[in-house]
Amino acid sequence: MLDRYARRRYVDVFVRSACVVATLIALIPLISVLYYVTRRGIGGINLAFFTELPKPVGESGGGMANAIQGTLKLVFLACVFGIPPGVMAGMYLAEFGESRFGKWVRFSADVMSGVPSITVGIFVYALVVLQAKHFSAFAGGVALAVLMLPTVTRTTEELLKLVPESLREAALGLGVPQWRATLRVMLRTAAPGIATGVMLAVARVAGETAPLLFTAFSNPFWSSGFNEPTASLPMNIYNYAVSPYEEWHRQAWAAALVLLILVLLLNISARLLVRNRVDAR
Amino acid sequence: MNRRHTDREYEGELESLRERVLLMGAHVEEVLALAMRAYVDRNVLLARGTIELDSTIDQLELEIDEAAIQILARRQPVASDLRFITTTLKLVTDLERIGDLGVNICERVAELGADRSENPHDPIPRIADVAQGMVHDALDAFVAGDAVKANQVIDRDKAVDAYYAQLYPELLPRMMSNPNVVFESTRLLSIGKSLERLADHATNIAEMVVYMVKGQDVRHSGPASHQ
Amino acid sequence: MSGASSQSKISRPNQRKGSSGDDKSRWDEVSVSTVVPKMRTTDLHAYFGQAEVLKGISLQIAEKQVTAVIGPSGCGKSTFVRCLNRMHEVIPGARATGQVLLDKQDIYQGDVDAVRVRRRVGMVFQKPNPFPTMSIRDNVLAGLRLNGERPDDPDAVVEKMLQRVALWDEVKDILGRAGTGLSGGQQQRLCIARSLALEPEVLLMDEPCSALDPIATARVEELIHELRKSYTIVIVTHNMQQAARVANFTAFFYLGKLIEHDRTDVIFTRPKEQRTEDYITGRFG
Repeated sequence: MLDRYARRRYVDVFVRSACVVATLIALIPLISVLYYVTRRGIGGINLAFFTELPKPVGESGGGMANAIQGTLKLVFLACVFGIPPGVMAGMYLAEFGESRFGKWVRFSADVMSGVPSITVGIFVYALVVLQAKHFSAFAGGVALAVLMLPTVTRTTEELLKLVPESLREAALGLGVPQWRATLRVMLRTAAPGIATGVMLAVARVAGETAPLLFTAFSNPFWSSGFNEPTASLPMNIYNYAVSPYEEWHRQAWAAALVLLILVLLLNISARLLVRNRVDAR
Repeated sequence: MNRRHTDREYEGELESLRERVLLMGAHVEEVLALAMRAYVDRNVLLARGTIELDSTIDQLELEIDEAAIQILARRQPVASDLRFITTTLKLVTDLERIGDLGVNICERVAELGADRSENPHDPIPRIADVAQGMVHDALDAFVAGDAVKANQVIDRDKAVDAYYAQLYPELLPRMMSNPNVVFESTRLLSIGKSLERLADHATNIAEMVVYMVKGQDVRHSGPASHQ
Repeated sequence: MSGASSQSKISRPNQRKGSSGDDKSRWDEVSVSTVVPKMRTTDLHAYFGQAEVLKGISLQIAEKQVTAVIGPSGCGKSTFVRCLNRMHEVIPGARATGQVLLDKQDIYQGDVDAVRVRRRVGMVFQKPNPFPTMSIRDNVLAGLRLNGERPDDPDAVVEKMLQRVALWDEVKDILGRAGTGLSGGQQQRLCIARSLALEPEVLLMDEPCSALDPIATARVEELIHELRKSYTIVIVTHNMQQAARVANFTAFFYLGKLIEHDRTDVIFTRPKEQRTEDYITGRFG
């Protein structure tokens, strides 16, 4: 009897230690990435990085101000093109998702979320860039939006479904028309969750490189408006990293660090938003 | 009731209550029967012994009251169950009083002793017959939920009142002509009075049975006949 | 029929007290047919797809009285009440036929707007459902605001409604707190206040106390008693004692049919139908 007990204790301790070790192993890549990028990139972070354009090869100094502007511009466009259709599709699925058409919509969204980002890039290249006969931030934004779309749709749908039907009933019972009840009660209740989902989707596309290869392309100078090709942090990291210049390598690390921080900030604020909402209950 | 309660424990509680009422009724009827037997035989020993039985009746009254209150508190009865419970509560009061009146009769019998006047005509047994019959039938009506029978009991009260009314005119001449029978006659008057009040209580019981049964217009409520 | 003795007279049923608040001596003469009906259904049938859940209900709801609807699960009582404010048809595949008169107007007539009906016939649900994204104050005003109305003095409206549901003193200092931060009983009263803010004529309550503890239930029942002076109330309840406590009239439903509808005191002391008797004494099933 006592043997069995002792044996169980040993097994318990063993399995628990194994879990801890496994977790640590899983954390190693994350921690090492954070550490390494920070160590290599911190040196390149200075005011010039955020304010100056890249200098021609050979000259030292310069920065990636245009890339930062480009990434922000692309993210903005992605949101404008991706969020409204995504949220509306999510609303449609939440309301009518059990119909035949609704099932097809959901299926398509699921399939789309698995499409490789470079495929999306080529698709937008053919659709937009070839028609316009030039690269543009607009095309880049569209590509990123297409990548965001499935995630936003499914998140919106799931979160709307989580809102209890009793709230809709309460609104209807107050003599509120159906559409208003959906919009101002159901959507409003799910809004914080949807915002979180959107933020996470944005964080994901902010760092995408492949779709930008054939759409936004790159630009050594400022890009004005949305119709010109634009530099972006991911593209610059790629271009600078494969170049032979030490100076550019340093800047690539710095860009990587900035991108990392941007994505981290988005993720962390998404978490904080959720926690605040939960506390309010 | 031909349908049973879904809660069998509740059904059991109601049954147990009914049985105790019947038991109390049986005791009361026995007390009356013994009292009248003691009277007819002028059996003082029997009379004194019968008085002892009253404590059982009083005890039963307390038990039934307690059980009924418990059911009211725990079961919140409605409709026919409610009428049954409230009827029971009031009924046992009357039964207990009937028991006491039986004891009164026994006490008068004990006072009479072996005394017996030579007058052959004794008006008391006639009153006793009807009164005892009323008690018996009222209890039967309660058990069977028989409003017709209960109404018949109520009608018979007039007869008892009439017989009692004749008692004094009948005994008065005797008392005036023979002072020796005054003691006996007053005792007889007292017994007659007890019987008359006893019959009133039986009438009360019958009235409550009518309420219990006819408070509803439900068809197929069991072996009861209506109107 | 009483004996000559004046000792123990039983009280006659007719001398029993009527429900409090009414003229006691005349309550006995009131019956289902003598009161003014605020709403009346005529041959109301309701369906979920092919299944018929209400089989021809003809019932009058007395004005400014509380009518309780009781019956076993699945008897159609919730469905019936939802037909009274056209909430039944919100469920996909659900429909209703027949006449439902509000005052003299049939709310099921072709050109009647269901949304407008629900302004006049309000509803409170089983589980309290204040809007979680809104404060207590905003919840009370929600019915008005969601319909695009702006009251001239919203604070007065909020205070008046919360006073009416006896919640003002408890929440007057925390009006900005989320509606969901209150206890269950308070939430339910808040929902009632929210419905009352639209000044309905009829208030439907679908098992409003089944999610509440006994004290909260007692508060809501007391509130119903107060509200009866100004509103017509229909309450669905599976708790018969509650129906006995709060309602003036009770309707018993079984398997989609109306079995009996009468004054509550009649239903609970001498019902006319055997099925009613069996149900309320617990002889069902």
